[in-house]
Amino acid sequence: MTGRTVLGIAALCIAATLSPASSVVDAYDFDNPALEARYRTLIAELRCPKCLNVNIAGSDAPIASDLRRAVRRMLEEGRTDQEILAHLQDRYGDFILYNPPLSPATVLLWATPAVLILVGLLVLRRLGSRRDAVELTEEERARLDALGAEDP
Amino acid sequence: MTQARALLIVPLAVFVGIVVLLYSGFGLGRADLLPSALIDKPFPDFELPTLAGEPPRRSRDDLVGEVRLVNVWATWCPTCAAEHDELARITGETGISIVGINYKDDPNAARAWLAQRGDPYLFHIIDARGDLGVDLGVYGAPETFVVDATGVIRFKQVGAVTADTWRNSMAPVVASLQAATP
Repeated sequence: MTGRTVLGIAALCIAATLSPASSVVDAYDFDNPALEARYRTLIAELRCPKCLNVNIAGSDAPIASDLRRAVRRMLEEGRTDQEILAHLQDRYGDFILYNPPLSPATVLLWATPAVLILVGLLVLRRLGSRRDAVELTEEERARLDALGAEDP
Repeated sequence: MTQARALLIVPLAVFVGIVVLLYSGFGLGRADLLPSALIDKPFPDFELPTLAGEPPRRSRDDLVGEVRLVNVWATWCPTCAAEHDELARITGETGISIVGINYKDDPNAARAWLAQRGDPYLFHIIDARGDLGVDLGVYGAPETFVVDATGVIRFKQVGAVTADTWRNSMAPVVASLQAATP
């Protein structure tokens, strides 16, 4: 293999990782760049109902294309991002949101990291205080010896 | 020292807890079935062309008035062909009317399909682009809704209506709705 082919393959590999998943799909022409930016954000946040773990930006499933069209239509009608997400959530449930709302069903999902950090901090504090207790001053050690205690 | 020894059990207990949690996940059923978000919400507004062409268009007003089934189907959907006979049997035996939504299909192919297999439906509307499908939270075909007399969705079946699903899940819903309808 020449150096050139190696370089070529490397370039291809890098290009493959750089190309955004949304390039698969039909590009809509927006007159308004701000609208287009919101469109790109929304379709990246919405999960394809048919393909389980792809957003609707990256899926070429027909339903994903329908949902992109619905998002575009609602954007052009002047609806807010919140209204659009709520509209689709009403129809497809929390499943369609990659950023799930806090609800009784998802409280474990949101609370677990905080709880784990709290537990970690408590454990750290406990370990710290235990070490403090072991370190005796010279004076205390002398008293301990005087009392006839053995080394711990 | 007994307290420190007791603490040694904690990692094991956490591990067992995680195993139980994850193992119970196997029992949660099919991950590809979404919870039905539209239950107890009104059937969305629509005004779409009919497959028969006469009358040329139908709207939500044609749906309300009695308990009905609304079946989303297409000729490209093999499961729809499989459930067709069951739908015909249900409407024949119980008298409940079924409204068809011909979903993202070729209308001519759909007409030929019905001519060949029989048409037990009350009428069909054409949702060529799937816009009504998005309003209904449809993500595949077939899907079948039970809609009450006031036009509120009461049940949704994703996948084929079989004799079992009809008997166990749908017929009881339909019966209680019909009992509540004056």
